[in-house]
Amino acid sequence: MKDRLEALKVEALEKISAAADLKELQNIKVAYLGKKGPITEVLKGMGKLSAEERPVVGAFANEVRDGIQQGLDAKSTQLEEAEISKRLAEETIDVSLPGRPAKKGSAHPLTSVVEEIEDLFLSMGFTIAEGPEVETDFYNFEALNLPKDHPARDMQDSFFITEEFLLRTQTSPVQARTMEKHEGQGPVKIISPGKVYRRDNDDATHSHQFMQIEGLVVDKNVRLSDLKGVLETFAKKMFGEERKIRLRPSFFPFTEPSVEMDISCFKCSGKGCSICKHTGWIEILGAGMVHPNVLEMAGFDSKEYTGFAFGMGPERIAMLKYGIDDIRHFYANDIRFLKQFRNV
Amino acid sequence: MLLSYNWLKDYVNVTVSPSELGDKITKSGIEVEIVENLNKGVSGVIVGHVKECVQHPNADKLRVCQVDIGAGELSQIVCGAPNVAAGQKVAVAAPGAVLPGNFKIKKAKLRGEESNGMICSLQELGVETKLVPKEYQSGIFVMPSDAVPGSDALEYLNLHDHVLELGLTPNRADCLNMIGIAYEVAAILQEDIKIPEVSYTVSEKSAADFVSVNIESKEDNPYYAAYVIENVTVAPSPLWMQNRLMAAGIRPINNVVDITNYVLLEYGQPLHAFDYDRFDSKEVLIRRAHEGETIKTLDEQTRTLKDTHLVITNGTVPVAVAGVMGGADSEVQDDTKTILLEAAYFDGKRVRAASKDLGLRSEASSRYEKGIDRNRVVQAAERAVALMSQYAGGTPAGGKAEAGEKTAPLYHVSVTLERINKLLGTAITTEETCKIFSRLGFEYEENGGTFTVTVPSRRPDITIDADLVEEVGRIYGYDRIPTTFLMSEARPGGLTPLQSGRRKIRAYMEGAGLYQAITYSLTTLEKSTGFSMNKEEVYPVSVAHPMSEERSTLRMTLIPQLLEVIQYNQNRNMTDVAVYETGSVYINKQESLTVLPEEKLFLSGAMTGVYQEHLWQGEKKKTDFYLVKGILEGLFEELGLESRITYEQETVDGMHPGRTAAVKLDGIVIGFVGQIHPAVQKERDLAETFVFELNATALLTAETEQMVYQSLPRYPSITRDIALLVDEKMPAGDLYTVIQESGGALLKEVTLFDLYQGDRMEEGKKSLAFSLKFFDPERTLTDEEVTKSYERVLKSLEERFGAELRK
Ligand SMILES: [Zn+2]
Repeated sequence: MKDRLEALKVEALEKISAAADLKELQNIKVAYLGKKGPITEVLKGMGKLSAEERPVVGAFANEVRDGIQQGLDAKSTQLEEAEISKRLAEETIDVSLPGRPAKKGSAHPLTSVVEEIEDLFLSMGFTIAEGPEVETDFYNFEALNLPKDHPARDMQDSFFITEEFLLRTQTSPVQARTMEKHEGQGPVKIISPGKVYRRDNDDATHSHQFMQIEGLVVDKNVRLSDLKGVLETFAKKMFGEERKIRLRPSFFPFTEPSVEMDISCFKCSGKGCSICKHTGWIEILGAGMVHPNVLEMAGFDSKEYTGFAFGMGPERIAMLKYGIDDIRHFYANDIRFLKQFRNV
Repeated sequence: MLLSYNWLKDYVNVTVSPSELGDKITKSGIEVEIVENLNKGVSGVIVGHVKECVQHPNADKLRVCQVDIGAGELSQIVCGAPNVAAGQKVAVAAPGAVLPGNFKIKKAKLRGEESNGMICSLQELGVETKLVPKEYQSGIFVMPSDAVPGSDALEYLNLHDHVLELGLTPNRADCLNMIGIAYEVAAILQEDIKIPEVSYTVSEKSAADFVSVNIESKEDNPYYAAYVIENVTVAPSPLWMQNRLMAAGIRPINNVVDITNYVLLEYGQPLHAFDYDRFDSKEVLIRRAHEGETIKTLDEQTRTLKDTHLVITNGTVPVAVAGVMGGADSEVQDDTKTILLEAAYFDGKRVRAASKDLGLRSEASSRYEKGIDRNRVVQAAERAVALMSQYAGGTPAGGKAEAGEKTAPLYHVSVTLERINKLLGTAITTEETCKIFSRLGFEYEENGGTFTVTVPSRRPDITIDADLVEEVGRIYGYDRIPTTFLMSEARPGGLTPLQSGRRKIRAYMEGAGLYQAITYSLTTLEKSTGFSMNKEEVYPVSVAHPMSEERSTLRMTLIPQLLEVIQYNQNRNMTDVAVYETGSVYINKQESLTVLPEEKLFLSGAMTGVYQEHLWQGEKKKTDFYLVKGILEGLFEELGLESRITYEQETVDGMHPGRTAAVKLDGIVIGFVGQIHPAVQKERDLAETFVFELNATALLTAETEQMVYQSLPRYPSITRDIALLVDEKMPAGDLYTVIQESGGALLKEVTLFDLYQGDRMEEGKKSLAFSLKFFDPERTLTDEEVTKSYERVLKSLEERFGAELRK
């Protein structure tokens, strides 16, 4: 009987080992370990055995049963693993194929430059002031110390609509309007971005429409040295920590003293190159201490209040920063141009 | 202004090189744009003396010259210039010499004759043609007879000089002349200034014997002086003077004209020389022109004048437009013997009016416009008289005929040391300030920290204390001013709701795959309108003098220019384009503009072609109406307005009548979305293009409620579907609204999930299927409740639209 059991075990294990899939394995299990299987059959004949033999054969029969079960389990694990690997192999894709593109547009580079400048000044406690693009002669010129017949009006040939109305030539009228609203009470701390217009023929460096950002601070005790501090912070933020700035005396009707700010060339670091016209310096913006006439016209006491103002062109800054060679690119809106600024 | 470095040395001791001088001038306030070396790489050009000049045996146009170049034996040089002649002193580029453009001179044979170099014209030495005296423009330059053969020709021609180009701001008209610049340079270099000494001998006659001067208006013409110089011989001016004029960008003409130009450059005082014998009267009368009066100016043009123009007359007819240009009839000519020299101070406004109207701008007019130094009128005139007596052989009559007041009243400006330091943020001392004023040549008194400066008449730009602060600051040096930080109270900066809303729109549009465009506000009259839903009367705003029809009128819609962007890209093979713009439109409701037009911020977009594709998987999503509408729906959600927006079929100029919807916010039209009219598409050569235009100001200023959190449903919802058969023209939106209205409080969501129109459908009908979701956050709903609500909905639909339930 023991021999019979032993033979069954060998036979079962052979079949298990040869099983090709889980289903066959299940059949083997039913065939050998099922209630109608040969081991059960063998054990049914145990009654014929002596009392001494019975527990021995019983134990042996359990041993055989366990052995087959272990064989089944091991094979089952093996087959399952094989099945998973097979499925994974079938499911393999070419990961090098391009993905489904997510839709993404982009901001216009001028918007990016303007917002970058806005954010810098917002962090310094400035607010953003805006005003109309069609302006009165008064706010565009007279309130800024440019009376009619002033020769400096020629510096900015304008698009007049009527005698009194014109397309603003600068964003400075926003300064005049804002100061007026403050009714002689400081502090005023604004920047004003926007579109401006001048009678220039469009070419690589001129545009009849362009952007400007101006800043204005009016308070008690505002000094030229403070202007220098603000501009230095701006220059380092926009053009890199290692930039140096230089102020040169200049002239604007609405500031006195007036200055122009140069930054050390970011291309050649001052050694001289084509970008800086071999001077080592690049002109970035105009600025100055608000002219007492402008303060007085806007209702501020120029004995008590002083202020500074500065103005710059985002096109120029973008052209310098990204090496753009033609201002007309900003207004042609070529998708191939716009796409390049997706990450700025 | 072009500044000759060598000429400047007449007035001030210049201790630095031209480029260093340029740097220093730039740093202290006048931008030196270029420092130009007049020597354009020329070397080896020497003076030659043409001893003999004969016809070339084999060439009509060539001459063979024997030239003494100081080398002992004569050099044979073949020359093609028509004006070459024996006896001339000329500039010779001998073999080994270099001309501009690194052109090396070698020995050559010209038509069989040996030539040892070339005889040069001024152009060949790098002088611009427009500066070369007329007589030498098409030939070689003839040098003065005392030039020494073999010596450096460039030395005679002052071509070793440097010229600094000054970019002068309008306030620094004082530097439009050599003496003014000399004051500036003297202040910078801390040197003294030398003004030319003027003296001349006069005849027994007096200028008053020749002419009298009368001024009609002292405001238009505060001062006028006339000098008379007899016996002049009109001839070329001395070479040194010609050289200086050329360096300053003025072409030499003859001694009389050159002297007036030279003094103009030296003193900044415009002068005009009349031919006294052609002046035709003994009276100079300065008056306003009569409206329509004419004058033939020096350039032989007949000019019609206005009564805002100031003219010089001989008592009857105009002989010059004051400060702008002289008349042809009294012009100095080769036979002129007696000069009537005008030196005057005209009101800049009058000069500007005439120069603008006549389109004539000159060295003189621009100086008058910017303001000249009245106290220098007489000095300059006398300098010119002295030069004419020296270089034109003239005999000046004594004195001058004059009218008006020759000296400007002096005035003072005060500033305190405290003000200087407070405005600059510096700690400059009294001593330093005194020193700076002295360097500038300003007379001043200092009393307890207050400086009272007598403003020199050359500096009319100084009128208030801030002007003096600037003078002190710039001479002290802006690089020495410290860097400080604003001391004002800290206040948070921040964006207004409109500004942050604009940024939100930008971010959303980018995410939706649109590129931001910025187009011009000015367009054609035709494109400024159109695509308009404006039911009110509006009037386009045009600029008075447009530069072109293309940029003449302010836009009232952004769409035409966005279509141009699409065209621009299509022409460059980019057929899939999605752009948007936020920008102002300008709405004017008056026939004549008496108040500023209303500026509204518009958000517009244009899309065409494939919106999204995945090529290798063959997926392609084309832009269509619902795609664009979906983008707007997302935007309205982003702005928290989705429940207040409705769409209605609408007709808009230029839009497809069946594929355009008005967009309403709280029932008020704020824009539209739709497809461009096929006729317009064809006209503009566009593929199917979809656009939207919204009043962003209205969107961003709409009052929105503070967002309140809704607790998440704890009880299950019940969904019922309803499929309806309706007339095919019935807008789904109408059904949707009625379902929502009739569904009651428990109906929380309505979604259209199927639309069917086709063969299996009864003629003229379509089927729409909605899914209705009911729930109550507080409890579980019963079937009966839901059924009741569902039936109410169905009943309303049947009653309102004749809808049938589809089984
Ligand atoms: Zn550089």
